[in-house]
Amino acid sequence: MPACKAFTWGKGVPDALKLSGVRAGYGATVVLEDVDFSLAEQGSLAVLGRNGVGKTTLLATIMGLTTFQAGRIEYAGKTIERLEVHERARLGIGYVPQTRDIFPSLSVEENLLVAARPGRWSRDRVFDLFPRLAERRSHMGNQISGGEQQMLSIGRALMGDPALLLLDEPLEGLAPIIVDSLLAAIQRLTQVESLTVVLVEQSARLALEMTQEALVLNRGRITHRGASSELLADPKLLSSLIVSG
Amino acid sequence: MKHPVGYGADARLRWTEWLPWVVAVAVFFLLPEYLSLGARVLTYILFALSLDLVLGYAGIVTLGHAAFFGTGAYVAGILAAKLGVTDPVIQLLASAAAAALLGLATGAVILRTHGLAQLMLTLAVAAVCLEIANKATALTGGADGLSGVSVAAIFGQFKFDMYGRTAYLWCLLLVFTGWWLVRRVIYSPFGATLTGIRENSVRMHSIGAPVYQRLLTVYTLSAAMAGTAGALLTQTNQFVGLNVLGFEPSGEILVMLILGGVGRLYGAFVGPLLFLIAQDYLARQFPEYWYFGIGLILVLVVLFARGGILGISDAIIARMGRKS
Repeated sequence: MPACKAFTWGKGVPDALKLSGVRAGYGATVVLEDVDFSLAEQGSLAVLGRNGVGKTTLLATIMGLTTFQAGRIEYAGKTIERLEVHERARLGIGYVPQTRDIFPSLSVEENLLVAARPGRWSRDRVFDLFPRLAERRSHMGNQISGGEQQMLSIGRALMGDPALLLLDEPLEGLAPIIVDSLLAAIQRLTQVESLTVVLVEQSARLALEMTQEALVLNRGRITHRGASSELLADPKLLSSLIVSG
Repeated sequence: MKHPVGYGADARLRWTEWLPWVVAVAVFFLLPEYLSLGARVLTYILFALSLDLVLGYAGIVTLGHAAFFGTGAYVAGILAAKLGVTDPVIQLLASAAAAALLGLATGAVILRTHGLAQLMLTLAVAAVCLEIANKATALTGGADGLSGVSVAAIFGQFKFDMYGRTAYLWCLLLVFTGWWLVRRVIYSPFGATLTGIRENSVRMHSIGAPVYQRLLTVYTLSAAMAGTAGALLTQTNQFVGLNVLGFEPSGEILVMLILGGVGRLYGAFVGPLLFLIAQDYLARQFPEYWYFGIGLILVLVVLFARGGILGISDAIIARMGRKS
């Protein structure tokens, strides 16, 4: 496994997110070890790796949902590793979990409104991004399809007016037509809405197509960092990193 | 497809929501001999509403809600019997404030825990309150109870009469206020947040909701309502005994709410009504075994109607809707 130095993308642009020497996990179990990287404002980063290498844990750690053991996490110039989860959300970090976690007893509209905070995003703007949610606005959270739940999970995160969006496998298990719709929405978020995005995705090709930069995790450590386009152009390297990684 | 309660639901009053109030007013005119029982039922409806707010909507399981009910009862009693404060409105406000303060102080600790630890802490708070009331005989009368509670005319106009008419209407007014307040809460963004916390508190944290503060707020509000219900009991009985504190009243109000239907707003109306009427009837028919009847009803509800009595009616309405 090659040793990697601390790395910053988008030189000249202020960092939105910076992790230094992060060690974290669940209770006494360490999952992430010595994780260093920075991500510039309005940048997009794909996090790749096999199952169980710590991709979800990385996002959960940034959000404050794991046991933080050592290191430093900075967001928009502020040290956040000791902040409560809701304080990080209020600073502008939006989290879309793999499990979606839609509130079943709330309607689609309520699921959005419970997360609403003043800012650029409103219910109507989310409905504009995902017109299908507008059609389902009065349905309960457990009465909508998996794809609609994923749209709702992203929309709910946007209602908190985030500048950084953490997306954990948003395309997993969805029909191709829904995947296309979500990909278009994520591209709009990165290119038009200028959000900084960290994307964990099993499909490396899709993730690399949507992002500027990529990192590969293996056993909780970063084993590769670089431009997404480079990895996309070198399938052998990508395959060796993910398979061996 | 609209759902019955919540922030995005239609908050306008449906005609069925007027039914409890029509029935309550009809009872006043048609069943004057049952007004004392009616006042007791209304008091417990207010108590059950307060419990529904924390258990049904916020998902806080408690076996110690009588701590607030009893505190309210004793504060009203001590004010009347020991300090000569006989104005019923002042008694209610003081009781609500004292219970809210207790809710805030104990909730600050209890709500940092979860599951079994939280349940045990709620039980412990009620047990400690019971023991304090038992030992502080100079103030509370201890095991003998606190008698000599006098209550002045409401607003200087309406005296509590021996037929229970004033007490009934006073309780009805306060239950209506409590119902209106709880309804406003559950149809508000705050209410939707509580539902979110009950269903997934971690996710609510992640979308920026200060979960602990929200829970503490609703716990304090609920404690104030329970304290008001306790004060009402003191005012209508003009006596306070240790039976308002501890595990038994906490368990009973939980049973009443489960019978009616948890988290359904009107379950807090149906449960106490059914429980107290059954208790009244069974205690007269079978003085030694009346609790057997209550237990049997509870077993049947838990086995066949998880949503309580209102759950059964909802299922019937849903089935009729599907057929039509």
